Amino acid sequence: MTTNAQTEVGFHARQHGRWHWSEFAFWIVVLAVGLAFPSRYLIMTEILRLALFALSLDLILGYAGIVSLGHAAFFGVGAYCAGLLSVHGIINEPVLALIVAGLAATVLGFATSFLVIRGVDLTRLMVTLGIALLMEALAERFSNITGGTDGLQGIDIQPIFGVFAFDMFGRTGFFYSLAVLFVLFLLARIIVHSPFGLSLRAIKNNPLRASAIGIPVNKRLIAIYTVAAFYAGIAGALFTQTTALASLDVFAFERSADLVLLLVIGGSGYLYGGLIGAAVFRMLQELFQWITPQYWMFWIGLVLVVIVMVGRHRIHAYALWLPNLILKQIAGRKAAVVLTDNEAP
Amino acid sequence: MTYALETRGLDKHFGGLHVTRNLSLQIRPGARHALIGPNGAGKTTVINQLTGVLEPSAGRILLEGQDITDLPVHKRVLRGLSRTFQINQLYPDLTPLETIGLAVSERLGGGGNWWRRMGTRDDINAEIADTLERFRLLDVMNDRTSTLPYGKQRLLEIAVAIAAKPRVLLLDEPAAGVPEGERKDILAAVAALPRDVTVLLIEHDMDLVFSFADRISVLVSGALLVEGAPDEVARDPQVKAVYLGEAA
Repeated sequence: MTTNAQTEVGFHARQHGRWHWSEFAFWIVVLAVGLAFPSRYLIMTEILRLALFALSLDLILGYAGIVSLGHAAFFGVGAYCAGLLSVHGIINEPVLALIVAGLAATVLGFATSFLVIRGVDLTRLMVTLGIALLMEALAERFSNITGGTDGLQGIDIQPIFGVFAFDMFGRTGFFYSLAVLFVLFLLARIIVHSPFGLSLRAIKNNPLRASAIGIPVNKRLIAIYTVAAFYAGIAGALFTQTTALASLDVFAFERSADLVLLLVIGGSGYLYGGLIGAAVFRMLQELFQWITPQYWMFWIGLVLVVIVMVGRHRIHAYALWLPNLILKQIAGRKAAVVLTDNEAP
Repeated sequence: MTYALETRGLDKHFGGLHVTRNLSLQIRPGARHALIGPNGAGKTTVINQLTGVLEPSAGRILLEGQDITDLPVHKRVLRGLSRTFQINQLYPDLTPLETIGLAVSERLGGGGNWWRRMGTRDDINAEIADTLERFRLLDVMNDRTSTLPYGKQRLLEIAVAIAAKPRVLLLDEPAAGVPEGERKDILAAVAALPRDVTVLLIEHDMDLVFSFADRISVLVSGALLVEGAPDEVARDPQVKAVYLGEAA
């Protein structure tokens, strides 16, 4: 009996981390879209970058419950670091430069994590916002290094591994970004389904109980905040490498704020929210800018209000109504497609 | 002798409010010790100081002879001091399986692993299964905690504390708010605790206290009034006047 129970417990404990077929489908669709629209590499690359950046925020917001309005601080450090490495010819190989830029953001993440883990949501919003503003001001002050408002001049990204050169259509940039996103996604997936990842969810749910079963709450929050900073730094470095630009707006408040919107659209705490949110947000933006170049912000705002009022779960249910109906006719199965439960940030 | 848990001159002020007054408690290894007192006597404040949620204004706390006064909450748990809360402190979005799994992983030193998947260590799985079975939670192990009936949540609250394999367990009103029909499960779980685990019980329910405890301390206005065996305490005129008199 007990052995049975043990096997059963093991099975259900591993269940959460098992690959669902819809996840395979998701990545196949992403790759297929990439191959199908070669004329749209630039915007698709932008979406991938945004997705990686949102994945970073999802790690701290969706799993550990840390709100942030200053995630652009790490994005910006990664972006400038990648730019400076290139301009001064310190590291010419993009992948290596990418990692070094990510580590630079990690250092800032670790250093500021001690400020962020203190206090509650509102203080965290203010502290993270403040850190991003500080970084922006510093970048402006030291314009001899950063190029100030003109941005960093003379960024020339060398071929990846010395083989794959960045082309003007953005093909290399796209597949490079996709590979980076996929690898970091896999890493995030391992992290969130580990005991460490579960302990983050426990802390988000009830920090008092978490510490009362022996979880070192602060240590865990510092760890995940630092990891998230690494992810955001990589996203920033990808920005510089794929656009050959780095200017003060990498630290912009809008960048941090958009990120929260992405997670509202896509949902948080299941890793795909930021990815889906990035695609939906960017495409809505494109669509509304095309319909009404002047007032597109109005429509984005309206969509957000509707999403929050109607509730993402209900929208998902509507969106999946037709596919489920078809599946039911074919396979005779009930509600074959369901999205993972998750809550709005 | 070395006590399982001891306080020496414990004192706590909240501004001008004096809630714990020079409290020295000695709890013997393996004891079933109850801490009782009228509402507002400061019982939960004592528990919060013992577990590290609150910092005492003065005095020391010793766990098996070791001074733990300055240790943070989670380190005391790893030293063998665990507790249940008067009001359930659970993870609404997690399942009982995950809740117990976390406590066991943390104790066996796998809690910080970020590269290993949950459920891949047999020793951890075995203990989770054992705990869930003992508390009759196996059939609901995959339900979200927030959807469980209150009685089951209360059982889970105790199961989590015990999954930490404490040497000293603090039970803060374990039967509080549990409907009559589900009470016996809770009481059975409390009675079935291993004999070598020292238990400090805080409870309003006198039937439970007198059927469970072999030693009782009475706390009034933050100070120790009387301590003794249950029958001594029941006979004590001071206790009758101050506490049992009021309750009757």
